[in-house]
Amino acid sequence: MGTEVNSILPLLAVMVSAAVVPILASSRSANVREAWTFVAAFGKVGIVLAMLPHVLRGDKLSFEIAPVFPGVSLAFRVDAMGELFALVSSFLWIVTSAYSIGYMRGLKEHGQTRYYSYFALAMSSTMGVAFSANLLTLYVFYELLSFATYPLVTHHQDEEGRSAGRRYLTYIVGGSIGLVLPAMLVCYGSSQTLDFTPGGILANSGLSRFELGLLLFMFVFGFAKAAIMPFHSWLPAAMVAPTPVSALLHAVAVVKVGVFSILRVLVGIMGFELLLGQALGGILILVASVTIVGASLVALCQDGLKKMLAYSTVGQLSYIVLGASLLSENGLSGGLIHIATHAFGKITLFFCAGAIYVATGKQNISELNGIGRRMPLTMASFLIASMSIIGVPPTAGFLSKWLLITASVDSGRLEGLFVLLLSSLLSAGYLIPVVYRAFFLPQPEGEPTSVVAEWRSPCSIAAMVTSFGCLLMFLSPGLLLGLARKAAELYLGV
Amino acid sequence: MDRILEVVIAKYNYWIYIVLMMIGLYGVIAKNNLVKKIVGMSIFQTAIILFFISMGMKKGATIPIIIHGQEASVRASDYINPLPHVLMLTAIVVAVSTLGVALALAVKVYKEFDTLEEDEILEKIRKS
Amino acid sequence: MTSHLPALVVTVPLLTAFAAFAAGWLRPKLCFPVGLTGLGITAISSIWLLAEVLEAGTVTYELGRWPAPWGIVYVVDRLNGVVLAAISLCAFIQWISSRASVKSQFSDRIGAFYGLELLFVTGVMGITVTGDAFNLYVLLEIASITAYALIAMGGGRAPLSSLNYVFMGTIGACFYLLGVGYLYIMTGSLNMADLASILQGMRSSQAILVAFVIIIVGVWLKMGFFPLHGWLPNAYTHAPWPATTLIAPLMTKVMAYVMMRLVLFLFGPEYSFGVLGLKDVVVWWASLAVVAGSVIALSQKDLKRMITCIILIEIAYMVGGTFLGNRSGTTGAIFHLVNDVFMTLCVFLAVSSLAFRQRELDMDTMEGLFSEMPFTMGALVTGALSIVGVPPTCGFFSKWLLLKGALEAGHYEFMVALILSSLVCLVLFFRVFEAAYFGHGERSHGHHRMREAPLGMVVPLLVVAIGIVALGLMSGEVISSIIEPALPRGVL
Repeated sequence: MGTEVNSILPLLAVMVSAAVVPILASSRSANVREAWTFVAAFGKVGIVLAMLPHVLRGDKLSFEIAPVFPGVSLAFRVDAMGELFALVSSFLWIVTSAYSIGYMRGLKEHGQTRYYSYFALAMSSTMGVAFSANLLTLYVFYELLSFATYPLVTHHQDEEGRSAGRRYLTYIVGGSIGLVLPAMLVCYGSSQTLDFTPGGILANSGLSRFELGLLLFMFVFGFAKAAIMPFHSWLPAAMVAPTPVSALLHAVAVVKVGVFSILRVLVGIMGFELLLGQALGGILILVASVTIVGASLVALCQDGLKKMLAYSTVGQLSYIVLGASLLSENGLSGGLIHIATHAFGKITLFFCAGAIYVATGKQNISELNGIGRRMPLTMASFLIASMSIIGVPPTAGFLSKWLLITASVDSGRLEGLFVLLLSSLLSAGYLIPVVYRAFFLPQPEGEPTSVVAEWRSPCSIAAMVTSFGCLLMFLSPGLLLGLARKAAELYLGV
Repeated sequence: MDRILEVVIAKYNYWIYIVLMMIGLYGVIAKNNLVKKIVGMSIFQTAIILFFISMGMKKGATIPIIIHGQEASVRASDYINPLPHVLMLTAIVVAVSTLGVALALAVKVYKEFDTLEEDEILEKIRKS
Repeated sequence: MTSHLPALVVTVPLLTAFAAFAAGWLRPKLCFPVGLTGLGITAISSIWLLAEVLEAGTVTYELGRWPAPWGIVYVVDRLNGVVLAAISLCAFIQWISSRASVKSQFSDRIGAFYGLELLFVTGVMGITVTGDAFNLYVLLEIASITAYALIAMGGGRAPLSSLNYVFMGTIGACFYLLGVGYLYIMTGSLNMADLASILQGMRSSQAILVAFVIIIVGVWLKMGFFPLHGWLPNAYTHAPWPATTLIAPLMTKVMAYVMMRLVLFLFGPEYSFGVLGLKDVVVWWASLAVVAGSVIALSQKDLKRMITCIILIEIAYMVGGTFLGNRSGTTGAIFHLVNDVFMTLCVFLAVSSLAFRQRELDMDTMEGLFSEMPFTMGALVTGALSIVGVPPTCGFFSKWLLLKGALEAGHYEFMVALILSSLVCLVLFFRVFEAAYFGHGERSHGHHRMREAPLGMVVPLLVVAIGIVALGLMSGEVISSIIEPALPRGVL
């Protein structure tokens, strides 16, 4: 095992985007604002990459901000799990910033200063969650993220935004204050610490099976950002936000923070051994499966492109929970890698949706006949990303799916296998028709047939970059697998 | 019955002050006219002041003034306790200030609402 | 000089008050700087005093060199040391912030208003620093009577609301006085430390029990603990803004301090928590009060009234926390007291800045406020998050301790009440933020120019808002070095 090294890098990674906010908020020129956003984004990726060698060696970079309670302080500790999440998020921030420029300028959106400022704050909070050393720090940044993303979700400041914002806060903050906070307290009360420890902290807590099960439920449903059914309806509602917000936050940052938090709790607070010993894995698998199948079925019935993608996200997130509930090394690795593969795949899909909207104003699937001829590269990216979501080679999604399937079979949880295969079919069911319509159906009468200038559109370019990422991750998965294995090594002692 | 009478007669001073306090409290709570409420409040405060003073009384004792030069032969039980009196001087000042402020407020309320009856004032507020 | 600090914190505001009265008569322009100097000296003295206590232990000061228990002594230990520092800082910041407001509303009576405010500060400082039970009554009435007058200075319904406050407040203070009288009959002493040691041997006395109940009821009345809170919403709402921003953060919190002092030190934890099985009943009742306060606050439409009713919830937290009877609960209650001074100050100052610019605080006219007054709204958001209990603001950490105490004591109803009220506060504040953030169609996209409140109002407000976050981050330090050692040994 590696050593624990004191380093200010985690703090810098978190603060670099927050530090830029005053500049963003006060700049008069759009170019200055966007330039600084890029500076911050590249800076963040740079710092995260700088920590990578340490993490791969097994060292943990830690930094304490302030002690707050006996046994608990606000602190960062960078390990493989956090580094994986941070890498994905920070890299995709760069891409999304480019995308945002194209989108916001293309639609001449208002309030762009506020948008970029809160985006930067949201990214700070996401990094904070990724690098948290204990549950309390994670909770702090989780809450900060909720409030930092509210102005982003409600950006359009209209009636739809108002009700979407209300639902967003009700589920997310209601869940964290109402469920996670008491659960955290019980954990602290039993073990006097909240640090993420291999093997968990509740092993000697003397809690009964019922109490542990209750705690488990409080955490899983309390972290409502993970959109486990039935606390998922904020996600489709939040689609009223501008597409770059939907793309990064709801396909990558916000929802991934939710499942990441659940993973941290399962691995570092409760511990796989404890869950195995108390036979709590099965219930979790059930909950995850219901969400996967249910969300996929609802996605099949959607006409709005973004709504369909939202429900697809709900289902895909529970893959990660399912992986973890298998309580095995492959399951955890599969879940972690899925964070990355789903992120790239889903963000591509959202980018395409936004590119289509900017170029043609279309939002519904039924309107997309023949659009492949006008935007071939965009739709090709859509196809690649769809393959990744469905889980077929040569895309990255296949990697995580394979690990999850292997884990299901290994742990003898054949219901997991069944659910994974079924959901692949269902994903195909709601994604392939879009591609089919785009390429194989003729355009409706009276529509322009000119090819959209995709090479000049940042939106389409961003989509192409991330779809390329999907392919790349399949072809050279070394880094991902390395980080995932390191995480499993750390927390499961394998 | 005898026991109760014993207790009442033995501590009749305290009972009187309790009754006074209750009268005062009744005035504040149940009366409608603001000035009557103020009077009730004043009775309440005065009753407490009297209560304190009576707790300093001793049987067969005299007022606590010592003649200059006779300090050596002083026995505490010959003199009533002066401390409650001193404390109550302060309390009387407090009661008077409170009374003054309350009356000044009543004048302002009268100027604003033209009446000192609480139900009428509430009516006027409800209407406006 | 430094040895006189405990007396200075009371005499300086007192003398400054008279200087302000004089200045108001001779040269009104001097009123503000005179008060500023006085409150500045007071604040520095309190912080110095706290530093001394942290270093050397409890500081005792005999007024007139009369030794206890015959003379009146001022005793500063960690508990009131930190409260003194908090309230004097609060008064200083509020003084600066309310300047513009006072000038616009009371320019003809400026000496009177400022003098009364300084006397009020004298009263609350004195309540906190004194070690004598009767002296507490005197200073309590000084604070109360000046508060009555300050509240009544607003027009319209203010005199009536103040008169109702006079009635209830006087009854509360008189209950306290009566209880002290009972204690005096039984023990012959008025000095708190002396009383504490004599009372140890009198645990089974009926009279002491009655004294305890009467005193606590009186204090609760003054504190605004449900259902003895009827005077609070009207009095604080109809008072003029400068008066509300001074009185609201201080009066009820100082009374909560009095309750803690009596329960934890005078009567002692064993007695207070053991007698009549009071502990559990009070916590149940406090949970009810929290819920009642939340319901009352939810039903308010006026913004000023709404934030006033939130005080009811905070006070109920402190009562419940104290009577939980364990270290976490008591630490949480004390820390919450300190936090609440600043949280309440922040929220009230922010809303008063809004009122200063906007005149009407209706939900309809609030639209676009985030662009027009970004700093004020930012501070309001911080204060709101602290009241809800979102980390890293200080409100989260005291709430955590209260929850922990409730969990340890098995009082799940108090936990539920705490969490429910946090969510209610979230709803309350979000109604306001929504009104300020969302528009009605066209107007919302209009470009609102920034029309902030004057610098003298915004800067202190931002200082408080930053302080709330800083206090939260430093909560570990504060709790371990100041509050934990302040608890008496009997609290387990």
